[in-house]
Amino acid sequence: MHPLLQAPLDAAAILQKKRRIRRELLAVEPSGAVRVAVLGGSTTADLVSTLELFLLDMGLKPSFYESDYGKWYETACFGTPEMDAFRPQIVYIHTTCADLPWPQATDSADDRKVLATNICQRYEAAWQAIKVRYGSVIVQNNFEEPGWRQFGSLDAVQGRSAFIAELNRHFADYAAGDNSFFLHDIHYLAAFLGLSKWHDPEQYHLYKLAPSQEALPLLTHSLAALIGSILGKSRKCLVLDLDNTLWGGIIGDDGLSGIRLGHETAAGEGYAAFQMYVKSLSLRGVALAVCSKNEESVAKEGFTHPDSVLALGDFASFMANWEPKPLNIRRIAQQVNLGLDSLVFLDDNPAERELVRQALPQVAVPDVDGGNPASYIRALEEGRYFEMACFTAADCQRAAQYASNRERAELQAEFASYDEFLRSLEMRAEIAPFKELYMDRIAQLTNKTNQFNLTTHRYTRPELERAVAELGTIALYGRLTDKFGDNGLVSVIMAHREGQRLSIDLWLMSCRVLKRGLEYAMFAELLRRAEAQGVQEIVGTYLPTAKNGMVRGLYGELGFRRVDADAKEGEHWLFRIGMDECRQTYYMVVESNEDSVGI
Amino acid sequence: MKNRIEILADMQEIFRDIFDDDGLVIGPATSAKDVDEWDSIAHMDIVLSVERHFNVKFRPEEIAALRNVGDLVQLVEDRQA
Repeated sequence: MHPLLQAPLDAAAILQKKRRIRRELLAVEPSGAVRVAVLGGSTTADLVSTLELFLLDMGLKPSFYESDYGKWYETACFGTPEMDAFRPQIVYIHTTCADLPWPQATDSADDRKVLATNICQRYEAAWQAIKVRYGSVIVQNNFEEPGWRQFGSLDAVQGRSAFIAELNRHFADYAAGDNSFFLHDIHYLAAFLGLSKWHDPEQYHLYKLAPSQEALPLLTHSLAALIGSILGKSRKCLVLDLDNTLWGGIIGDDGLSGIRLGHETAAGEGYAAFQMYVKSLSLRGVALAVCSKNEESVAKEGFTHPDSVLALGDFASFMANWEPKPLNIRRIAQQVNLGLDSLVFLDDNPAERELVRQALPQVAVPDVDGGNPASYIRALEEGRYFEMACFTAADCQRAAQYASNRERAELQAEFASYDEFLRSLEMRAEIAPFKELYMDRIAQLTNKTNQFNLTTHRYTRPELERAVAELGTIALYGRLTDKFGDNGLVSVIMAHREGQRLSIDLWLMSCRVLKRGLEYAMFAELLRRAEAQGVQEIVGTYLPTAKNGMVRGLYGELGFRRVDADAKEGEHWLFRIGMDECRQTYYMVVESNEDSVGI
Repeated sequence: MKNRIEILADMQEIFRDIFDDDGLVIGPATSAKDVDEWDSIAHMDIVLSVERHFNVKFRPEEIAALRNVGDLVQLVEDRQA
């Protein structure tokens, strides 16, 4: 994480030192790549070079295609040979209100409506054309407030402001109905930065820059966070200190009645507001953890405070002891089964922050103004760590799932044999062909899962739909429930058929259900369907990465034999139906519907 | 109020940042043909960085008339007066 690219952004420094920052970032091995086409109404060169920095900082190596200046619409509708050859995964349409034909002051309400409809139709035609031609994800700016208003305050009723509001409403409605279309909210960014900084008419007239160059770091940081979120790279867990972070004061010294939390004091209100913000993060799927230097019992007492918004049950992991924080944060990462690069650590104490930054460079540690909880909210917002491109039902349930994970861990401690423990869980698995309803979650899983992942192929939703539509594909999802609750959709296996041979292209499983035997049940179901189709042999591919060592021996366990290994193509394993046997048992009842509903 | 030497020194830092070259040396006569990657995008970046650094704003005609670094230094000096 490059120091110059962390919020709050110093736009002038970033713009001036672009090349240096780029060189420094390129020295680090990226963990992924992305192909982004930028279609702009204004000059896009600086936008692309700044966007590149933020994407590299997230570990993504981007390659770009830029449409000719001002030709975003033509390029979207008719393509170009270069863009066709480029095969974008993401098409970003960089339009702003500089690209809009404004209504005249003398236009009637009907005239304005007709103009708005025409504009929206034009954009929709472009989006449709991109979808048909490239099948890529689309990221589209909405519109910011104009540099000047026609009517002053009345503008909000019948002028430019009202016009923008109508277009933005329409764009938002479109985004709500289309799973591969994402709205980039520059309306908010421009308001945040200030319209006087966002709009620079001289820069527009000289260089056709919209917005101003100073606004580019803010815009591209936001855009990179959105793209990262689409690709599953958002962070997933917020680790919090307690004293002077979640409440004012030090509970070990001040006692429960002495900490400041709630309406008695202004300081207390600030901390309650921060707790409410944190709670809202957890309600939409961000995992919470505590890392505090305190006696555990004393720390837990803080949540019994009558004005406490958060409760013990909200936390997926709770580390309160006197050991160094980096050590505890590692434990937290293990407990919640996430990589360190999925964590954000918030602490009022600058010494602790620095210690964690040095020891665990992959953890994001925003700077905050210690003792000022409003600054904590600002730091987390401006850092864009938990950006969320789409919100699925699974995200809602995540907090509850973390709580039931803790209960499962406690139960396991009671059993003599692991097998007995598994039996006691009363697991039920639903293993069936992909359903339309689950496609977002499945695409999300292919992007987020790194450890139990045989080939680490990433898919956007449109790519997934295309893969499934090919003839002879078997695509199964796995949902796992046990007596503590529903783990949700946690595994995906996808194989394509050529003649008598079935090749497994994709097989992954969420870390939260490791060591339950679901993989054996998934394979058994795949085998059953393969046999029913007359398949003679199954080929499994293992593509080693830095993170998926745990599945190195999976095919061997299932009875496959390794037939070859190649540096680029990975290892190929073979299972001959009727000759090889899978001896793995599993303790779950499997439900699988026989009618495969087409997507 | 900076004098010509100081302005040039500041400008050299800006150029070194923009071209990511700590060994770059510029003088009043330096122009686009002397620096390898000084294309129209870099030119825009230079002008905007200089404007931000010295807290000045140039008019389009002034920017169009720039022939070398010396002209740019002169523009900044004039603005400060």
